[in-house]
Amino acid sequence: RNSGQHLLCKLTAAASSYKVLFVFTSMASVTHKNAKRIEGLDKNVWITFTSVAADPTIVNLGQGYPDIPPPSYVKEGLVQAVMVDRLNQYTRGFGHPTLVKALSQVYGKVCGRQIDPFKEILVTVGGYGSLFCSIQGLIEEGDEVIIIEPFFDCYVPMVKMAGAKPVFIPLRLKSDRKTDISSADWFLDQDELASKFNSKTKAIIINTPNNPIGKVFTRNELQAIADLCIKHDTLCLSDEVYEWLTYKGHDHVKIATLPGMWDRTITVGSAGKTFSVTGWKLGWSIGPEHLVKHLQTVMQNSLYACPTPLQEAVAQGLLRDYELMGQPDCYFSSLAEELQGKRDRIATILKQAGMNPVIPEGGYFMIADVTALNQHLSHVEDDEPYDYKFIKWMTKEKKLAAIPVTAFCGEESIKHFEKYIRFCFIKQDSTLDAAEAILKNWNKA
Amino acid sequence: MLRRPVRNWASIWKRPVRLINCQKKTGMARQLHARRLEGVDKNIWVEFTQLTADYKAVNVGQGFPDFSPPSFIQEAFCSAITGGASMHQYTRGFGHPALVKILAKFFGRIVGRDIDPMEDFQITVGAYQALFCTFQALIDEGDEVIIVEPFFDCYQPMVKMAGGTPLLLVCQKSTGPALSSADWVLSPEELASNLNPRTKAIVINTPNNPLGKVYQRDELQMIADFCIKHDIICISDEVYEWLTYDGAQHIKIASLPGMWERTVTIGSAGKSFSATGWKVGWAMGPGNIIKHLKTIHQNSVYHCATAAQREYDTFGTEDSYFKQLPAQLHKKRLRLAECLRSVGLEPVMPQGGYFMITDISSLQVDLNDPSTKDEPYDFRIVKWLIKEKGLATIPVSGFYSPEHRGNVQNYIRFCFVKEDSTLKAAEDIIRQWSVKK
Repeated sequence: RNSGQHLLCKLTAAASSYKVLFVFTSMASVTHKNAKRIEGLDKNVWITFTSVAADPTIVNLGQGYPDIPPPSYVKEGLVQAVMVDRLNQYTRGFGHPTLVKALSQVYGKVCGRQIDPFKEILVTVGGYGSLFCSIQGLIEEGDEVIIIEPFFDCYVPMVKMAGAKPVFIPLRLKSDRKTDISSADWFLDQDELASKFNSKTKAIIINTPNNPIGKVFTRNELQAIADLCIKHDTLCLSDEVYEWLTYKGHDHVKIATLPGMWDRTITVGSAGKTFSVTGWKLGWSIGPEHLVKHLQTVMQNSLYACPTPLQEAVAQGLLRDYELMGQPDCYFSSLAEELQGKRDRIATILKQAGMNPVIPEGGYFMIADVTALNQHLSHVEDDEPYDYKFIKWMTKEKKLAAIPVTAFCGEESIKHFEKYIRFCFIKQDSTLDAAEAILKNWNKA
Repeated sequence: MLRRPVRNWASIWKRPVRLINCQKKTGMARQLHARRLEGVDKNIWVEFTQLTADYKAVNVGQGFPDFSPPSFIQEAFCSAITGGASMHQYTRGFGHPALVKILAKFFGRIVGRDIDPMEDFQITVGAYQALFCTFQALIDEGDEVIIVEPFFDCYQPMVKMAGGTPLLLVCQKSTGPALSSADWVLSPEELASNLNPRTKAIVINTPNNPLGKVYQRDELQMIADFCIKHDIICISDEVYEWLTYDGAQHIKIASLPGMWERTVTIGSAGKSFSATGWKVGWAMGPGNIIKHLKTIHQNSVYHCATAAQREYDTFGTEDSYFKQLPAQLHKKRLRLAECLRSVGLEPVMPQGGYFMITDISSLQVDLNDPSTKDEPYDFRIVKWLIKEKGLATIPVSGFYSPEHRGNVQNYIRFCFVKEDSTLKAAEDIIRQWSVKK
């Protein structure tokens, strides 16, 4: 039985297409069948590509997490929290009081409004957990949810698990230039966007700064989305986990601060991305009480509470940086500055290899167009998009790993994205040095 | 905002509900919440922890220790924190390798089989989430799930949220004075008579919260026979597995013949290591069932592994925390029972777990709180105790469905996993109040 499952896993990984429906092995009995809500949702791009990460000879710019250390005061805060007995026991389910109060302070300042720490904030297991509570709390069978491509991959399975229908709209490249493209050159077509809204549209999910392109939506672009939400009485789920990581000349704008939007928006944030501690899996949802209370209901029926010492440590970190907001010492801005250097460095070395990077305005990913390399890949497996084949070839031949961008789009949009691959640049200098060595020598056989 | 009035047992809990007129306040005309939330919006812990905090009551209500976790636990955590950059980033989604490996070894030894660390475990944010993933992964609309009452309150809303129908079976108190949790039994006839084609799973909890009942081998065998005969999945919540008293033995139903392949066993690091705030738990079972839980979930925890390794190494010895903790709690349990008896109350001695329920029939209390007048008697007493006496407990009828609540309105639940000073403070309140009568 076990070997059958292993073979099946290998086969599905080899097929490596998110389009392939997972076929279940027959089990001991009929009643051991899974619930319908998870059918077709067990495939995951990370299963295919993280096995690659295990090989230490490969320079891995695929995985989306830092290999730079978190700030020391954050780690110290956790050590201190663990030594307080009471902080090893259950805390308030919807969020540890110290943390929700700190969040209320930080975001109250950023949004320019009073935010009730107990009614308008929910602490969750990462940004992922906030997305889950929001979708489970507010979306159901019969609803449509607009998702902008390319999207963080979990949005689609979560919307499907809630019984709703994802409706896609791609960001489109509009530029006269062939090179020196920026994420700002990718836009939503306004007529196309308007056409996606109808009476069934319960929500639109936006992600700014965007993973993987790095687009930072401007105030005007957000206003256009807001106008449609208000016109069609639609909710907005705004994934802003990379909110602090915007580069010079680009400001993060919160759609919830636009007129008429606070009452219909849930904004998602992440401690993992804010403090470079992705493994802590702490995030938050902020919004009006009449929406957040439904997320709280999901929380009380699924996890009850998040870990206490982690929440206390994040609270202390936030309070420290709140005092420093606007100053160069503030981690929220110092990290962005550090990453800007890495961003520019990676862009240069990708160009050296002949790729065309899209310079991101925010976030820690960069996509690059590999068309100019003219890499022939017909000998690699047939029915996959070009970027999947390219990555497999690059991993094997060049010992460099990245992620295919079509993993983040629906089937109809594959042709728009299949020449792009995604690199993560929140990496130590030694990792970037190793990548540079590979890319410099790209054209030497 | 709701399209129809929601009538269900949960509405008995009188948490003040602010009915917000959606249209005026928000400008949104459409229904906001998903229907899966209907009937599951009340929660006894949210309600009573708030009340306890508001009145700063002596807390022998919610089930968490207020004494320190063992020092090796805190040391393990600290060493993980300073253990290198990768310790703070994502780990394997289904469970940190070091943790699942030690759990597989540990429970493999207990259950007597080779358990695959990668296939047979899902690490979760507390046992609570393991239960959630299990129901979401396995229960479809219309499936029936047998729940044995009294039950940890979350089972029922979780089954409902998954679209399932809870089938409630009462563990009956045998006639005569029920002085031990062993006096509550599940009848095989009642179990058999509640079967129908949609019955998909049964949830058991041993040691039981709130009764403290530790199911005997023959009782588990009876349930196992039922599961095997009718091809039913068993969800076994064993978070208090290390806490048994007076020689009662915890038995894992998954270790009975024919049961491993149909059982999901739920465990908790929080309860095992007196660190409930860590929120680390697991679901353990055959790979073909656990894989469905994996689809629901992604997680990352790492610091439990070191602590679990230590317990593996000291298992069965005097050094084992799993021996020391029950020995420590055994005394507290006796102490609390004696205090309750001394004021004329009748505690039910638990064979295991964190809790003791007590019959409070002999109390004569003048309850004149109009805000609770429609609630069950034990809810009213508990709220009165918090507000007037500064003592927090939990009403036992909260662990029953409304249909079966009638016989248990005279019980309240105490948690004795508390520092001696807390127990003393509780005792002082109880004795003083009794004297006044």
